[in-house]
Amino acid sequence: MIPELGHFSLVLAGSLSLFAAVIGLSNTRNSMLQRSVVSMTVGQFALALLSFSALVWSFATDDFSVAYVANNSNSLMPWYYKVSATWGGHEGSFLLWILIMSGWMLALTLRGHQYPTSFFTKVLGIMALLNLGFICFSLFTSNPFIRLIPMTPIDGADLNPLLQDFGLIVHPPLLYMGYVGLAVPFAFAVAGLLEEQVDSAWARWSRTWTNMAWAFLTAGITLGSWWAYYELGWGGWWFWDPVENASFMPWLAATALVHSLSVTEKRGTFKSWTLLLAITGFSFSLLGAFIVRSGVLTSVHSFAVDPERGMYILIFLALVVGGSLTLYALRAGQNSTQVAYNFLSREFFMLINNLILIVALAVVLWGTMAPIGYEAITGGRISIGTPFFNKFFVPLGLVLAIALAILPLLNWKRTRVEALRPAVFSLLVATVFTVFIWFVLDPTSVVVAAAVGLGTWVVLSHGVDLFKRLRKGTTLPMAYIGMTLAHLGFSVCIIGIAITATQSEESDVRMAPQDSVMLAQQQVTFLGVVEVQGPNYSAQQGVFLVEPESSGSYELRAEKRRYFAGNNVMTEAGIQAGVLADTYISLGEPLTNGAWAVRLHYKPLVRWVWLGALLMAFGGFVAIFDRRYTSLRVRDAKSTKTAAEALTQT
Amino acid sequence: MNPKRKQRLYLTVFLLVVSAGVTGLLILVSGENMNMFYPPADVVAGKIPPDQKVRAGGMVLEGSVMRSDTSLAVEFQLTDHQGAIFDVAFSGILPDLFREGQGILVEGTMDAQGVFQAEEVLAKHDENYMPPELLDIEMGTQSQAYKALPSIDPRAAKGDSL
Repeated sequence: MIPELGHFSLVLAGSLSLFAAVIGLSNTRNSMLQRSVVSMTVGQFALALLSFSALVWSFATDDFSVAYVANNSNSLMPWYYKVSATWGGHEGSFLLWILIMSGWMLALTLRGHQYPTSFFTKVLGIMALLNLGFICFSLFTSNPFIRLIPMTPIDGADLNPLLQDFGLIVHPPLLYMGYVGLAVPFAFAVAGLLEEQVDSAWARWSRTWTNMAWAFLTAGITLGSWWAYYELGWGGWWFWDPVENASFMPWLAATALVHSLSVTEKRGTFKSWTLLLAITGFSFSLLGAFIVRSGVLTSVHSFAVDPERGMYILIFLALVVGGSLTLYALRAGQNSTQVAYNFLSREFFMLINNLILIVALAVVLWGTMAPIGYEAITGGRISIGTPFFNKFFVPLGLVLAIALAILPLLNWKRTRVEALRPAVFSLLVATVFTVFIWFVLDPTSVVVAAAVGLGTWVVLSHGVDLFKRLRKGTTLPMAYIGMTLAHLGFSVCIIGIAITATQSEESDVRMAPQDSVMLAQQQVTFLGVVEVQGPNYSAQQGVFLVEPESSGSYELRAEKRRYFAGNNVMTEAGIQAGVLADTYISLGEPLTNGAWAVRLHYKPLVRWVWLGALLMAFGGFVAIFDRRYTSLRVRDAKSTKTAAEALTQT
Repeated sequence: MNPKRKQRLYLTVFLLVVSAGVTGLLILVSGENMNMFYPPADVVAGKIPPDQKVRAGGMVLEGSVMRSDTSLAVEFQLTDHQGAIFDVAFSGILPDLFREGQGILVEGTMDAQGVFQAEEVLAKHDENYMPPELLDIEMGTQSQAYKALPSIDPRAAKGDSL
C-alpha cells in the first residue's frame, strides 16, 4: 500500500509540474495564474517528499516485495544503511534527484518576492519543465516502486558493501544538491533571455543560487574523493574515473560561472558569456547523469547498463541544450554592452580565470569522451590514463594560481603598475619560503616548489589585501570574506596536491606475523589477524603496531570483510589521520604460511586536499549571506539596475 | 574599421587561435597517453607492439593462479574460453574481486618471452561486473558458466588468531 502511495504521489507531482510548466511559460499576466504556479511548486515538493518518504519507508520496513528494495537492501543491514540504501541504486538515487530538484524550487518560492513576478514565474516554469522531464524518466524507465508479486523474495540481495558506509549517507545528497542546483542559474539564464532582462540586477539574483549550488557541488565532490580514499583501499584520492569526471566538468563550468557572474554584476559586462556558462553548467550536469546512468563508460561506480535509460537522457539532454542554445543564439546578441578595460584589470584577470577553467573543462571532456569516439569510429577500444590529465592540469593549475595571486591587487577597469608593488613583495617572500621548503623536502621536481611557492603567494597577497582593508576600518562584506576563504582554500588544496602527489611513500609488501618494515621513519609491525563479527559481515582484522621514531606508538587495524548476503569481499583500510600526514594500511589477500599481502602508505598533507576544498565550499556558503543578496527588494533592485546601466554607458 | 569591430575581430582571432592550439595539444597528448585494448586472440596472435603500454583482458583461467612463496609476485593466465590463452606476470596486490573465472583487465607491456608484464590489474568492485571491453567475448560464451571462487579462503588465516 505504501509503495503504491509513493508511486501515485510521483504521478501527481508530475502532473503538477506539467501544469506549472505550461502556465509558467505561457506569458500570462494574470496574477492569479502566476500565484498558482507558486502553489503548484509547493504542492509538487510536498508530493515528491511523500513519494520519497514512501520509498524510505519500504526500505526501513524491509518490504522486499518492492523490486528495488529487494535488489538493494537486506534485513541484516543496520537501520541507517537501510535508509541510505534508498539512494544506493539507480532508481532511488534518481528519486532523490527529483526530490532535491523540487526542494530547490521550494527554496526559490521563499525568495520569490525579491524578483519581478513575470520573470520569477518564467523561472519556476522552466524548473517545472525540467522536473517534468526527470519525473517522466523515473516513471517510464526507472520506477523504484515496481512490485515483485507474487514472487516476493524472503530476503534482499544486499547493498553493494562499498556503499554500506557513512560516505553513502552524505555524499550523494550533497553532490545532487550541486548537480541539480545548477538548474537554478540555468533557469535564471533562460528566463532572463525570454524576458530580455539580463543586467546587473539579474546577475545579483543569480549569484546567490549559483554560489549555493557551487558550494554544494564542491562539498559533494570533496566528500566523494575522501570516501574513495578510505573505502576503496587503494589509497588514492582522485582517479580520473569517468564518473568523477562527470562531476568535475559541471564544477569547472560552475566555477567559471561564479567568477563571470561577479563581473556581470559589478561591471554589467560579460553578459553573453555568463549566459552561455549558465547553460553550459547545467548541460554538463545532465551529461554527467548520462555518463553515470547509461553505462557507456567503464567506471568503478556506474550503475547497471541500460541503453533505454541512456537514450532517454540523451534525448532530454539534446532538447535542453538545443532549446536553450537556440534561444541564446536568437537573444543573447541583444545584450551586448561594451565596457572598456585594460590588461591590468580585474575584468581581464577574470577572463584569464574563465579561459583556464574552460580549457580545463575541454581537457576533461576530451579525456572522458575520446574512448567512446574512438570506438565509434574505428571499433577498437582505448583508455586514456592519468598522465594525460596531469600533463594539462599541472600547468593550468599553476597559471591559475599566478592569476589568483595578482587578482586582489587589481582594480576594476585599470590598475596602475605601481599598485602592484605589494604583489612583488609577497612574491619575494613566497620564493624564499619555497626555496626553504625545497631544501627541507628535497622534492623530486620543480613543479612541487612552484606549487608550494604559488600557493604561499596567493595566501600572502590575499593577506596583504585583507590587512589594507582592515586598517581602513571598513566593515568587510560577507562576499569578500567568502571570496578570500575560497581563494585560501584553493591554495591549501594545490599545496596539498603537490606535496601528497610527490612526497608520498607507498609500498606493497608480503608480511608474516611479527614481520616489521620501515615506512617513512616509522616501524610497522604486523601482529597478526583476528576474526571480527559485524552486523552483516565477518571480517579478518589485521593488527599493526606503528612506532614512529619520535612520539608514541599506536595500533592500526585494517579489515578484509566478507558480507553474508552477497558473499562480497571488501577492504576496510586502517588509517591514522593527521593534519601533517596520514599513515594508511590496507590488507591485500592472504598468502601462504599466515602471511598477507599488505599495502602501506605514508601520505603527507593529503588532508589538505580535502580541507582546502571544503574551505572553498565554506567560502561559497559565506558569500551567500552578503547583505547585497539578502536585504534587497525588487524596488531597490530596479534602482541599482538603472544605476548599473548608467555606469555601463559611460 | 571602427574600434568596436576591430576589438571584436581581435577577440575572434584570439579565440580561434586558442581553441586550435588546445585542440591540437589534446590530440597530441592523448595520442601519447592512450592505451589500446587487446582481446586474448589478438595477444596470442602477437599483435601487441613490443615495449608499448597497452591494455589486455580476458577471463582468469581456472587453476592458473600461482603465488610466489616469498614475494608478492603472481602469475596467472587469461583466456577467452575459445582457445586463446596468454600468461600474465604481476607483482603487487590484486583487487578484491580478482577471482578465477572472473573477467579482468591488465595494463602493462608485452615482454620478449610473450609474457604480459602487468603494472596494473583491474576488476570492478561489483559481483556482476563485466568490463565492457570483455562483453564481446562473454557474449560468445554465455553457456560457459563460470563459478566464482572466493578470493579469501577462511581456512588460510584461521591459524593466527591473536
